[in-house]
Formats: sequence, C-alpha cells, structure tokens
Amino acid sequence: MTHNISVLKERALVLRLIREYFHQQRVMEVDTPLLNSYTVTDPYMTALRVENYRAEEQVIDNADFVEGGYLQTSPEYAMKKLLCSGSGDIYQLNKAFRADEKGVNHRSEFTMLEWYRLGFDDIRLMQEVIYIVQRVTGIQRVRVMSYRDAFLSLLQCDPYALSLDELKTKSCELVGELPENMLFDNYLTLLFATQIEPQFNPDEITMIYDFPASQAALARVEETSYGKVAKRFEAYAGGLELANGFYELQDAEVQLARFQEDNQTRQTLGYPEIPIDMSLIKALQQGLPDCAGVAVGVDRLLMLRLGKTDIAEVLPMYMG
Amino acid sequence: MATYTTNDFRPGLKFMLDGEPVAIVENNFVRPGKGQAFAKTKVHYLLSGRTVEKTFKSGESYEVADVMDTEMEYLYTDGEHFHFMDPNSFEQVAADQSAVGDNVKWLKEQDACSVTLFNGTPISITPPNFVVQEVVETDPGLKGDTSGSGGKPATLESGAVVRVPLFVQIGEKIKVDTRNGEYVSRA
Repeated sequence: MTHNISVLKERALVLRLIREYFHQQRVMEVDTPLLNSYTVTDPYMTALRVENYRAEEQVIDNADFVEGGYLQTSPEYAMKKLLCSGSGDIYQLNKAFRADEKGVNHRSEFTMLEWYRLGFDDIRLMQEVIYIVQRVTGIQRVRVMSYRDAFLSLLQCDPYALSLDELKTKSCELVGELPENMLFDNYLTLLFATQIEPQFNPDEITMIYDFPASQAALARVEETSYGKVAKRFEAYAGGLELANGFYELQDAEVQLARFQEDNQTRQTLGYPEIPIDMSLIKALQQGLPDCAGVAVGVDRLLMLRLGKTDIAEVLPMYMG
Repeated sequence: MATYTTNDFRPGLKFMLDGEPVAIVENNFVRPGKGQAFAKTKVHYLLSGRTVEKTFKSGESYEVADVMDTEMEYLYTDGEHFHFMDPNSFEQVAADQSAVGDNVKWLKEQDACSVTLFNGTPISITPPNFVVQEVVETDPGLKGDTSGSGGKPATLESGAVVRVPLFVQIGEKIKVDTRNGEYVSRA
C-alpha cells in the first residue's frame, strides 16, 4: 500500500497557510490536552473513552490516580478556560474525536481548526471564516442568509410559525417514515439536513446565521422581531458543512442550565447522563471576555481544495 | 439476541422491523454538526415485498433477522410447493407460490437458485442472473437475418417467453438475463 504524497504536500501547505495567517494576525497557537476527564453533555455527540489496556491486570498503587479519560470532541471547553484566564486571541489546529462517525464526510478522528477572537461578534467572525475558506478552497462566491430565511426561501415554511404537529406532518411528507419520540429540534435538524442543505450551491460558500434559540449550545441568545435566535452560524460549500461558530455565551448560570437541559434531553431520549464539567462553569464565573469562536473541519477544506468527494482521500494516511 | 445498530447499516443488511424481516436497499448517513443524526434509508420488507423510505435515529439498535441466502438446487414441483435441495447437506425445503412468485417461469429442474430462508422457511427465490435454456417453441425465422430487427417470441423449456432474434430456431440453446428477461446470445 502506498500513500499519496501529493495529497500530503497539499495538507502540509494548508496547515502552514493557516498557521501563517494566525501568526500574522497575532493569534496565539495553543495545544490543549486531547485526553480529558470530562466530555460534552450534547445529547447528540458521543465521545471516545480511553483506558490503560493493562489496567485490569495491574495493581494501581495510587487509587486516586486514574489514567485515561475522554478524547476531546472539540477543544472548546479547554480553550474557554484559557480565555477566562486572560490568554487573549487563541487558535488550535489539532485532532478531534467523535464516536459513531464514519462516512464520505466523516471520520472518528479528524483535524479541527478552532479559534477565538476577543471583541468579535458572530457577524465579524463570519467574515474571517469566509476569508479563510476562500483562501484554502479557492471558492470565491458567498451567500449569506439566516436560518429562518433558508427555510422560507428553500422550503417555503417558517420554522418559527410551525406547531410540532405541522412540522411532523411536513417532515413525513418530505422524508418518509420517521422514528417515534422525535423532538421539535430533531425535525428541524432533519429537514435542514435532508431538504435545505442539498439545495446549497457547491460552487458557493453558504453562511447560515441566527439559529433557533433551542439550538444555542454555547452561543448567546438574542430577541428578534420573529422570536429568539442563537447567535450561532455555520458555513457550507454545497451540502458539506465546514464550520460552526458562536458569539460566545458569557453567563455561567445560563450555561450550567443548558448543560442540565442537555442531560434532561438525554434522559428523555434514553441516553446516558454525562457529568457536567464544573471547572468550565467556574471559569465562566471568573469571566469570559466578550468574544466569538468557531471550529472548522480542515479535512473538508482539503476535500474542496483538491476536488475530492471522499474524506479518506485527503487524510494524512489512506485508511479506507 | 444479536442486534445491529444504525452504524452497521449498509445495502443488503437484514434486520427485524415491526416483526417483519427487512433488507436495506439504500442508506444515507445524515450527520449535522449539531443535533440528532439519522440514517435515511430505503428498506425492503421481505415478506410483503413493499419498499419504503424510512428514517432511523442514529444509534438505535435492531434485532438481526434470521435471514439467509442459500444456493440450492431446484428439484421439482408437486403443483402446490416447489422443492429445493441444499447440494451440500442434501436438506430439502419447500417454497410456496408466493415465495416463488414470477420467478416460477425460470425454474428448470436441477438448476441452481438462490433461496432466501427466514427462520428456515423459504420466503423468496432468485434465479441465477443468466440461464442457458433450450428454445421449445418459436416461429421459423427468415434465413439470413442476423440482426434483431424486433425479433420474435420464443418459449423456453422452463416456460418463460423471451424475445429472440429471428435467426433463433427451435432446439437451440440460448443465454438469457433473468433480471430483465432479455436474450443475451446463443449458447
């Protein structure tokens, strides 16, 4: 088996372009731990857990010392802790890991670029994301629309005006037979992924902003004329999702409440509860500076740059 | 009880859904950056024969269906059942009309056939993609015609009727694609 060295060279070039850009912008590179004692409460994300494979046969002297933990699903919590300690603008170019992800656009292990900008809001950070995506992929055209406008113009319905029953009926009409016990946001996610994303132009960067408040995750929420929106955005090229960013929530109590809600949702869906990382809440209590942050899938940028349709073709080693 | 999760989904995988064995025809992984992931599939219900677009939540698990495709030899029909034999174990099974369906027209004694067994009972049969059979009836064709200009119907020894080029005569063996019922060549 030989590996594709020309792809490897392109990868190296892209990694260098990214590092040069942030160096020039005076954004500091950090490499926070990949292995952590806590993981995310997000009901729809599963982390990989690591353990010492000899643990069972070994006598561990210090019972308090537990080796292993969760591989990071993203460096978000760790980087926020650094921001709360006064790091200033920071970026990270590293591996992230998520369970149950394998497909032409997914791998359990992938390369993530994540950065935080003090004094930026979501709109200003979107501009920087567009610049980087343009520079790495070569795609120049950009289309920007709100989540609600995407539904209105591409699916002819208003996600803020639909009842759960109407949403269910519409989803079944468009997608076919659906599982039981679907939550409101599950329908929205499904419609967005199967009906709206495929309509995005592959030769264009599509930016979606102002998500429903129920999908805020770690973003702040604002009131608009049609309802509450999360100051969150995503970048796409065609149906390929490239980035997910937040105008970051600063309120520690609200963040804690959202983590607890995540665990309630987990309970409703029959998923295991995840212990909350209280050290993040403590850091937020100390004070997170006004900032916006975003994560970008670097392998996917490479797919676009090299015109590949399977992520396997751009990974550092071809593993099928 | 063996189970599959949606992560195992791929075309051809068979599992139990609402008490009936189904096979996946198509599977697409719908994985948004945030929010519930889904497996958007087309499933074929093996007993009723219907094909349905169905979406599953990622991570859900389903019981493995005891469904097996076995190469068997067609023996004979007693008018009601069709009898097949496993050439290795010499075990015999009887398939009813609904399991055989339209494929009855391709069945020729001693031919190999793929038999789908659910809990040991045949639920469908699939003839080989290509069969070679003798023409038992057809109109005499025009001498010298070498191309299939429309052709003519010909009845094969198993009972199937296929369109053949005019030069094909009674007693000749021909190769036929059973998936679309089309003449391929003289054998």
